[in-house]
Amino acid sequence: MKLTCLSKGDGFHYPPCHMLNLCGFRILIDCPLDLLAITIFSPFPYDVRFEASEYPSDVPLDAQSPTQKKQKLERQMTPDDLVCAEPWYKTVKALHLWEASLIDIVLISNPMGLLGLPLLTQNPRFCAKIYMTEATAKIGQLMMEDLVSMHMEFRRFYGPDDSSFPWWTKNLDGEEVPALLKKVVFGESGDDLGSWIRLYSLDDIKSCMKKVQAVKFAEEVCYNGTLIINALSSGLEIGACNWLINGPNGSLSYVSDSIFVSPHAKNFDFHRLKGTDVMIYSDFSCLQTAEVTENGCNSPDQDNNSTISSDKNDENLAASLLDTEESLEELEKLAFVCSCAAESADAGGSTLITITRIGIVLQLLELMSNSLESSSLKVPIFVISSVAEELLGYTNTIPEWLCEQRQEKLISGEPSFGHFKFIKDKKIHLFPAIHSPNLITSWQEPCIVFAPHWSLRLGPSVQLLQRWRGDPKSLLVLEAGISSGLGLLPFRPIAMRILQCSFLSGIRLQKLPTLLSVLQPKIVLVPDAFNGRINHTEMKPIPMLTYSENKTLRVPRTADNPDVEIMAELASKLSWRILRQGENFGLARLKGELLMEGGKHRLVSGLEQEASSGKATGLRHWGSVAPETLLDSLVKMGITGSIEHSTGGNGSEDKCVIHITNPSSGFIETSDIGTAIITDDKNVASQIFQAIDGILDGI
Amino acid sequence: MAIDCLVLGAGQEIGKSCVVVTINGKRIMFDCGMHMGCDDHNRYPDFSLLSKSGDFDNAISCIIITHFHMDHVGALPYFTEVCGYNGPVYMSYPTKALSPLMLEDYRRVMVDRRGEEELFTTAHIANCMEKVIALDLKQTIQVDQDLQIRAYYAGHVLGAVMVYAKVGDAAIVYTGDYNMTTDRHLGAAKIDRLQLDLLISESTYATTIRGSKYPREREFLQAVHKCVAGGGKALIPSFALGRAQELCMLLDDYWERMNIKVPIYFSSGLTIQANMYYKMLISWTSQNVKEKHATHNPFDFKNVKDFDRSLIHAPGPCVLFATPGMLCAGFSLEVFKHWAPSPLNLVALPGYSVAGTVGHKLMSGKPTTVDLYNGTKVDVRCKIHQVAFSPHTDAKGIMDLTKFLSPKNVVLVHGEKPSMMSLKDKITSELDVPCFVPANGETVSVSSTTFIKANASDMFLKSCSSPNFRFSNSSTELRVTDQRTADGVLVIEKSKKAKIVHLDEVSEVLHEKNHVVSLACCCPVKVKKESDDVDVDLIIKQLSEKISEKVSGAEIHETGNCLQVGSFKGSLCLKEKCAHRREISSSSSEAVFLCCNWSVSDLELGWEIINVIKQNL
Ligand SMILES: [Zn+2]
Ligand SMILES: [Zn+2]
Ligand SMILES: [Zn+2]
Repeated sequence: MKLTCLSKGDGFHYPPCHMLNLCGFRILIDCPLDLLAITIFSPFPYDVRFEASEYPSDVPLDAQSPTQKKQKLERQMTPDDLVCAEPWYKTVKALHLWEASLIDIVLISNPMGLLGLPLLTQNPRFCAKIYMTEATAKIGQLMMEDLVSMHMEFRRFYGPDDSSFPWWTKNLDGEEVPALLKKVVFGESGDDLGSWIRLYSLDDIKSCMKKVQAVKFAEEVCYNGTLIINALSSGLEIGACNWLINGPNGSLSYVSDSIFVSPHAKNFDFHRLKGTDVMIYSDFSCLQTAEVTENGCNSPDQDNNSTISSDKNDENLAASLLDTEESLEELEKLAFVCSCAAESADAGGSTLITITRIGIVLQLLELMSNSLESSSLKVPIFVISSVAEELLGYTNTIPEWLCEQRQEKLISGEPSFGHFKFIKDKKIHLFPAIHSPNLITSWQEPCIVFAPHWSLRLGPSVQLLQRWRGDPKSLLVLEAGISSGLGLLPFRPIAMRILQCSFLSGIRLQKLPTLLSVLQPKIVLVPDAFNGRINHTEMKPIPMLTYSENKTLRVPRTADNPDVEIMAELASKLSWRILRQGENFGLARLKGELLMEGGKHRLVSGLEQEASSGKATGLRHWGSVAPETLLDSLVKMGITGSIEHSTGGNGSEDKCVIHITNPSSGFIETSDIGTAIITDDKNVASQIFQAIDGILDGI
Repeated sequence: MAIDCLVLGAGQEIGKSCVVVTINGKRIMFDCGMHMGCDDHNRYPDFSLLSKSGDFDNAISCIIITHFHMDHVGALPYFTEVCGYNGPVYMSYPTKALSPLMLEDYRRVMVDRRGEEELFTTAHIANCMEKVIALDLKQTIQVDQDLQIRAYYAGHVLGAVMVYAKVGDAAIVYTGDYNMTTDRHLGAAKIDRLQLDLLISESTYATTIRGSKYPREREFLQAVHKCVAGGGKALIPSFALGRAQELCMLLDDYWERMNIKVPIYFSSGLTIQANMYYKMLISWTSQNVKEKHATHNPFDFKNVKDFDRSLIHAPGPCVLFATPGMLCAGFSLEVFKHWAPSPLNLVALPGYSVAGTVGHKLMSGKPTTVDLYNGTKVDVRCKIHQVAFSPHTDAKGIMDLTKFLSPKNVVLVHGEKPSMMSLKDKITSELDVPCFVPANGETVSVSSTTFIKANASDMFLKSCSSPNFRFSNSSTELRVTDQRTADGVLVIEKSKKAKIVHLDEVSEVLHEKNHVVSLACCCPVKVKKESDDVDVDLIIKQLSEKISEKVSGAEIHETGNCLQVGSFKGSLCLKEKCAHRREISSSSSEAVFLCCNWSVSDLELGWEIINVIKQNL
């Protein structure tokens, strides 16, 4: 088995990407897009931005703003540094080095891992089998469609552009270009240019999804008779999974970002990953250090800069994996977001939530509607996205993919998620786009808006942020990591309160030793970045290898030799040899047909097994022939002869010759290593052979 | 190894489905149904056959319920709450959600009827359902270390599944009720090609072959339409779930198209509530319904209203779906009592009615009066329409499924004996699969597949990775055999796991040395003497031609004064006196000799070649 980590990704929205070589098959795990990279593009054409900043906001941008801007951005970037062009998208660089036709299998672990796949399936030589869960396929497809629809708005600005080279990078290698921007465009090592690609179309998505084989959790699918592939819930998101692959050379588990106790999706199903021969640990979430310090916001009131972080260092290591502490903490964060939104609404400000993690959105919708209902505040909630209606509708028809508490709701006849009721009661309003005709009529401020895209470059969030950025009463809820980069640059200065949220998106490092001691893999592969972060003594009994980005790691076989399963019926038909030497053994030549079936070698009755009649070929004998014994047997057959011993002179073997005199002449030479029958009389030779065969053990 | 299949219910009958299968020591109960046509103790399967002491937890590994019909789930609360079974119970998500509704509805009906003693209480149902573990389609569930189960889509009703169970190498499928064609709201049964020792199939329509269902649907719609157009009332007795939704979709759609304003009622809020479940479980419906769902949920019926008891005697036409089905008791029977005497009215009976119910009486013959359960007689002047499409597979479907799965054995349950017998003959004769039709209480034993596991050596696996075909001309045709496996030797050593090694490894495994047995002789070649010189190349060439002519499939290599076929090696012998040469044959001093040797592996081949050499060139 060989593992090549093509990319270690970057957080929830950009999962890692690996190439695996297993039993001679090439398996690509996930095919994401680095959507954070599109922050190098300006969210609006230059002139539009100019106008936009003149936009009369409720609270006029005060006079100090320009100076503040100057101070803040001195020797730093200005919005003008951003690329004014239709965005291109950054894919996994190393993936382009692999010939598409050589990939046999693609495994997609979660909707985010699907976003780049149409770029791969566009390739006419691509012919791999693609597996993902039904829910990942559905949610991922909606996410891609939403991405395309948001992107189309850019096309309206810039018009069609069919260049195949990212021409907009031409002016970005100059010295005056900010380093941060260059790093995103050209990469750390400066060779990322080839990973920029134009976005796919709706047709590309469609044809990509046609090639997908969607599976259920714990459904066994068999690839080529050799590999049995299982998608097992990871708890990260609805439909997100880890992989268990069983083959003739052992079992392999792939653990991606996983959440033990999920408040919406099915929990991390780790029990089924027990005792695999190889475990690939690919949960990088613990390396995402939460941005506690800088949040790139120049809001006048520092207290408003709340950062929620999932970082908690001194956690009890011995805590069981399924403790509810984590989920309670997560719930607290959500409640805090709700209370902040309520505060804003109280003060007459609106809230813009750009988080698009579906699990978080579903929970926030539920919590906010509930808390608004119990308070006197009458604030409408808007969800603006081209796929909101379908996505929210879908989540109420998939009890099988949800956590147990949500499943219980089905049993009692309630919808899985609370938003169902609130949409019906017109407390939550769904609109496909910001220019939807009905939106104008039901629009009302203050309000709470859920709008993509989290990168703040696409979708309705851009316009809404423009609208509210100067309003200190309004609240902006962001995904973690956005404010520290280029994210907020085009919207500065911002008077809005900013809440940056990082939610639990994987296994905390402290839980890894416990998890490993529960799962007991024969060998575990962890990212090299874990070196120094994990206490190796704790992992002691389990051998560990580390893998690095873009290096191929060869993993020695830890499994025993594979079994061959022989149909009992066939085994009883084999002709068993009884041995003179070593009566503890039973030997039989195999017959039948060897198949690879369901990941197992199987020997079954073949059609033609009787065809090779007569003596089996390739006879083997062992032991030695005592000349006297042989002569005795020959005499019984009516063959007479005499024995002549010859002690090997000059180092040659001891040899013995039996001269045959009757019925025809010939002789037998026998030594420790072999016996030769020398005669041209076929019958005599056969008889002699029979006699020898009777003395030696053989098969 | 054997698989024992004990039929506790639905043996040669329809009702109280319950089959207990023992595979390699694991005992699985498929369905736990109730017989709707029986009032006495016969209404439940005879559980005492499982355990005399009543210790069912140790007698059974798990229960799997295929769908929410009473003849499949009706005895479950009794078995878990009254008989005390505490082990795992599996059913699909929809079945888990909908079974309590069905059970509660039935319980109420039975209590209402003659104040009958409660078989199980509402609390029983709730407690029972807590023990249920929900299954998703195709999900492989490890019940315990050895027992694996998996559900497949069965059509029939929402959430109905067929169940695959595997213990060790032995595997079976129990179909429950299934439909091989799509209907209004459900898809057709769908299962993988599996290796099965036993298939246990329902056989409700064991001899019926149905054509397209569209004419039958039209018949039903026209019958209802005609009734209401004539001012009559149409009664459709059905259970709250399943048929009601299917027929309602049909009527709702027809009402829209024909612009009919006659009200369609549901007798209890139950069905309205059930529609809510159907909306959430849309992923279990047919592809067609799922696709439409994005725009309009087909279970949002436009023309359907709740029924009120006072409407029984209200004037004017209407359509009423009333529970329970089969007119076995309760509200549907009460309405029937009032509506049956009018020739304007219609009773449309969907699906099968079990023996002993009023529904059954109406379907078998044209009675003018019917005895109700409490002794009262009712004149039947209304029209009776039997809905002729059904969510059960027909005989062709059973045959198709059996052919597709090609199991080693078939057991038929859930049918009527005469037609089951004729289907059995058909399966035995046409598909050459042994088929059994056990009665209740009988056990069928069939043998099961086992595989012997042997650890294979690298050398054997490597030699197997490339094919080693041998071609041989048998009398008429070319035969191709793959010799790969013949190079493998199965080695069994006392108290050790079996091993498979390559032929060349055997002696090593036995701690022995190989002993090569070979044959040799110096054979005279008769050549036409043209000159005194011996043309070595020519002789070899001529021999080679001759051999390839006479010995089939021989691959000959020539090198200098040597020729080689397999292990056979012959080289021109120039020695005056060769030890391998028979003294007497050297009479002709001018003869040319070929010194030959070959291994016993090619014993026959060697002699064949010697024969050729001995002949004149
Ligand atoms: Zn049924
Ligand atoms: Zn049934
Ligand atoms: Zn010779």
